[in-house]
Amino acid sequence: MSRIAKYYGSIIGKKAVVAVTGLMLLGFLILHSIGNLKGFLPPNSAGEPDIDVYAHFLTVMGEPLLPDMVALWAIRIILIIALILHVVTVSKLAAHNRRARPVAYRNHKHVAATLPARWMFVTGGIILTFLVIHLLQFTTGTLDPTPIVYGCVYSNLYYAFQQWWILLFYVGALSMVGLHVFHGAWSAFQTLGVDNPDRNRKLRGFALGTAAFLVLGFLSLPTLMYLDVMKHPNAYGESCVLSDGRSE
Amino acid sequence: MKFTLEIWRQENGEDAGSFSSHEVDDVSPDTSFLEMLDILNEKLTESGGEPIAFDSDCREGICGMCSLVINGEAHGPKRATTTCQLYMRHFPDGASITVEPWRSGAFPVVRDLAVDRSAFDRIMRAGGYVTVHSGPKPDPNDVPVNPEISEKALDASTCIGCGACVAACPNGAAMLYTAAKVSHLSLLPQGQPERQERVQKMVAQMEEEGFGSCRNYGECEAQCPKSISIDFIGHMNRELLRATVIEPTDLRGEMKTQ
Ligand code: HEM
Ligand code: SF4
Ligand code: FES
Repeated sequence: MSRIAKYYGSIIGKKAVVAVTGLMLLGFLILHSIGNLKGFLPPNSAGEPDIDVYAHFLTVMGEPLLPDMVALWAIRIILIIALILHVVTVSKLAAHNRRARPVAYRNHKHVAATLPARWMFVTGGIILTFLVIHLLQFTTGTLDPTPIVYGCVYSNLYYAFQQWWILLFYVGALSMVGLHVFHGAWSAFQTLGVDNPDRNRKLRGFALGTAAFLVLGFLSLPTLMYLDVMKHPNAYGESCVLSDGRSE
Repeated sequence: MKFTLEIWRQENGEDAGSFSSHEVDDVSPDTSFLEMLDILNEKLTESGGEPIAFDSDCREGICGMCSLVINGEAHGPKRATTTCQLYMRHFPDGASITVEPWRSGAFPVVRDLAVDRSAFDRIMRAGGYVTVHSGPKPDPNDVPVNPEISEKALDASTCIGCGACVAACPNGAAMLYTAAKVSHLSLLPQGQPERQERVQKMVAQMEEEGFGSCRNYGECEAQCPKSISIDFIGHMNRELLRATVIEPTDLRGEMKTQ
């Protein structure tokens, strides 16, 4: 344990923690976006949208070994710890770096640093704000400018993304995720000493590929819902139809 | 050729410092940047002013003494080139040129453009050595080394310790320098006995000196006059991780089966 404390005590160890927690969050985002793509799949025999069935599965995941919600909460807790470690550690590193150059240059050129790399804190900060709003909207239902009903994922998404401003907000936030991942998904491997000249192109390609996949994967369903390409929720079974004729 | 120079002047470490403007004309395109500063200094001395202090020694790109952030770039606009190997023909005629010292809390300004880089020496002293025995010397090439590895170690060894990587890094990190030194020694068989503690001690000293942390911008590699690769930073990170998780700290302890 003392070794790990000593490692985290060094700036290289801290950066490795940023990399590992970043990769954990990235793994979650990839699975989350694949989960969302289930919105495109046909309904089950009872007429329930596939994404609703999947959402229900997440709550009972691990049964019969584990009671409902246990596996889901275990994953949530791991992700919350990873996020807290990520944010706390990058803030510590940033504070350390501010002390390293007390007198600024009048003129300092960037020859190699890309904009996504230089904006990690900006994109990260926006992602954090977005995350809070996103959870308040679709997980707790506290923010509900459009109807939100527990379990009716397809219709919740459908009504939310009928609003142009909600769609625009998600496009903006997901672009930030794309920029963060474009640098981060390569940078983490360099930090962990996994990158080398043999692998560099593949790892850079991986970072570009995952960034593009996340942006397109997350935004495809909302955009097509807005454009009325996706089916209205009432076209699915009765379970999520609102009393006023809309579906919940 | 004619140039307007905006040069950082600072009496000593305590002085706040400021820029002063100087005109130079009739400069031959084949004058080196440092010779141009020599000419300016002669003029300043003749007119009773104080010459501009800057560092240099070999003036052939091998010693690592010269420095200067020129128009925002460490060692000036030409890649893989030290300031002493920079010529005025590399600048457009009539250009305005800003000259600043390496700016880092760990490199205090001594005077004008000259900074104190002994922080690097202390990093070296912390672990940049190998132990040698005092008995009869082995034959050269007695220990077989994979030529790819020895070439890689030689690449790392071309670091001249100039500090441009620190000056170039937006975070003022000394990762490229430290990584070059750690990698150079830990890649070779002679460096194995101290392999674990070397990286731990040198990284600890690097931090103690107040250098910043790496964000994988790659500015150091781009502005390094010897084009040292950030691959070595990955190598050093790996060495530190290895020393943390793999290397035992208690080599001679007892083990029980029950
Ligand atoms: C859930 C989304 C997130 C993912 C997938 C993610 C992923 C990553 C990855 C993979 C890295 C690269 C680590 C490295 O360079 O070794 C990174 C770095 C970084 N992240 Fe995040 N991150 C996320 C959220 C955040 C948040 C909320 C912040 C808030 C401030 C943030 C701020 C940063 C910063 C500043 C860095 C650069 C750290 C440094 O190089 O010193 N990230 N992130
Ligand atoms: S790594 Fe390059 S820039 Fe840094 S001290 Fe060595 S030679 Fe100079
Ligand atoms: S003066 Fe020796 S490298 Fe420039």
